[in-house]
Amino acid sequence: MAPKDGGEASSKLVLYSYWQSSCSWRVRFALNLKGLSYEYKAVNLAKGEQFTPEFEKLNPLHFVPVLVDGDVVVSDSYAILMYLEEKYPQRTLLPADPQQKALNLQVASIISSSIQPLLMLSILKYLEEKVGLEERLLFVQTNIEKGFLALEKLLKDFVGKYATGEEVYMADVFMAPQIAVATERFKIDMSKFPTLSRIYESQRALPEFLAASPERQPDAVH
Amino acid sequence: MAHEEKKLKLYSYWRSSCSCRIRIALNLKGLEYQYIPVNLLKGEQFSPEFQKLNPIGYVPVLVDGDIVISDSFAIFMYLEEKYPQHPLLPSDLQKKALNFQAANIVCSSIQPLQNLAVLKYIEEKASPDEKIPWAKRHIEKGFEALEKLLKDHAGIYATGDEVFMADLFLAPQVHAGIKRFNVDMAKFPLLSRLNEAYSELPHFQNAMPENQPDSPSAWGTC
Repeated sequence: MAPKDGGEASSKLVLYSYWQSSCSWRVRFALNLKGLSYEYKAVNLAKGEQFTPEFEKLNPLHFVPVLVDGDVVVSDSYAILMYLEEKYPQRTLLPADPQQKALNLQVASIISSSIQPLLMLSILKYLEEKVGLEERLLFVQTNIEKGFLALEKLLKDFVGKYATGEEVYMADVFMAPQIAVATERFKIDMSKFPTLSRIYESQRALPEFLAASPERQPDAVH
Repeated sequence: MAHEEKKLKLYSYWRSSCSCRIRIALNLKGLEYQYIPVNLLKGEQFSPEFQKLNPIGYVPVLVDGDIVISDSFAIFMYLEEKYPQHPLLPSDLQKKALNFQAANIVCSSIQPLQNLAVLKYIEEKASPDEKIPWAKRHIEKGFEALEKLLKDHAGIYATGDEVFMADLFLAPQVHAGIKRFNVDMAKFPLLSRLNEAYSELPHFQNAMPENQPDSPSAWGTC
C-alpha cells in the first residue's frame, strides 16, 4: 500500500505526483483503496520540474498527477480515477445503482470543477494583484463555502458513515483531500457544514487516506 | 387533448455550454426530451423549486422518471450507460482516458473560469473592463492545452474519426469562445478545423444556443 521511492521497477504502475497536490492526493487515496502498489515519482512543482522535456513528453500540459500503466499514460485525476475504476474493478469506487453512481460523479465534479479550479495559484496571484489580499481570501472562502453548502444540501438525504452511504466511494475520494486543504490552508469553519464534518471524521480515519496524505509522501518537506 | 409527456426532461439555459453538451448527447442518441428553460440572468436557478433539484443552482439537470441528475459529466455518464445506442466513449482504455481528459480540461480549466458567477465577480470587484480579458485569457490557455493534447490523436474529430465525449465538451466551448469572447481562433488550427467539422453535423447545430426555445432570437429580438 505504501509507495516506493525509486528502487526496483517491480510495480507496473507509476504515479508522477507532488506531495502537496490535492489532485495527486485523490489518486494516491484511490490506489490505496484498491490495494494497488505503485512507484512514486516526485515532480517538484516548486522547482519547475513539470517543465522538463522528459515530463513534457508524458504530459504536455505540465500537470500532476500522471499515471503510467505499462503502455498507457493517463493525466488528469478524474480521468485517472475513471481509468483505474475500469481497469482494476476491485474495491469499486462507483456504486452500481444509477442514481447513486450519478451522485458520486456529481460530487466529484462539484469539487473538481466548482471548487478546486478557483483555488489555483495563478488565479490567486491575479486576484491579489487586482483586488488585494483580503478580497482574495474572501473570494476563496466564498467559493469553497458555496461548494460545501451545495454538497451539504446534496448529500443530506444520502449520507451514511461516508458521503453517499456506508461504503467509501468516488465522492469520498474527492471530498476528503478538498476538506483537508480547505481547513488547513484556507481556514474554513467546518461547523457550518455538520454533515460534511461528520463524513470527514470517518474519511480521515481511513488508513488509505492517511497513507496518501501529503506529509507521508517521499517528497514531503517538513 | 393531452400530449404524451416525454419521459426525459432537461432543465437548460440556451447559452449554457454545460447544457449544450447534454443537448448534443441527447440528439446523437436519438432521445426526445422536454426542454425546461431556467433563466440564469433572471436568477431562476435560485428558486426554491430549482434548488431542490440542484442545490448548487447550476444547469443542466436531467430528470428521467424518478431519477434526477445534475452536472453535465454525471448526466453524460448516466446517458451513456442507460442509453447505449450511438456510444459516445471508445472502448479502448487509453482513448477513453483521452476523452475524459479533454472533457475535463473544458470542465475544470476553462468553463468554471468564465461562467456567469465568476464574470460577475470580476466585473464588480476588479472592473467591467477586466471581464472579457479575464475570460479570454483562460479560454486561450485551455485551448492551447487542448491543441497540445489532441495534436497526435485527432482525426476528423477530436480523438479520431468518430464523434466521442471530447467533441461534445469541445464544441460548445469553442462556440462560446468565438461568439461571446472574440477568441482569435487563428492561434488554434486544430480546434478551428474541429469547429468546422461540428458545423456540418445537424445534431451539434440543433443543440447550439441560438437554436434553443429560450434563445432571444426565437422571439425575433436581436
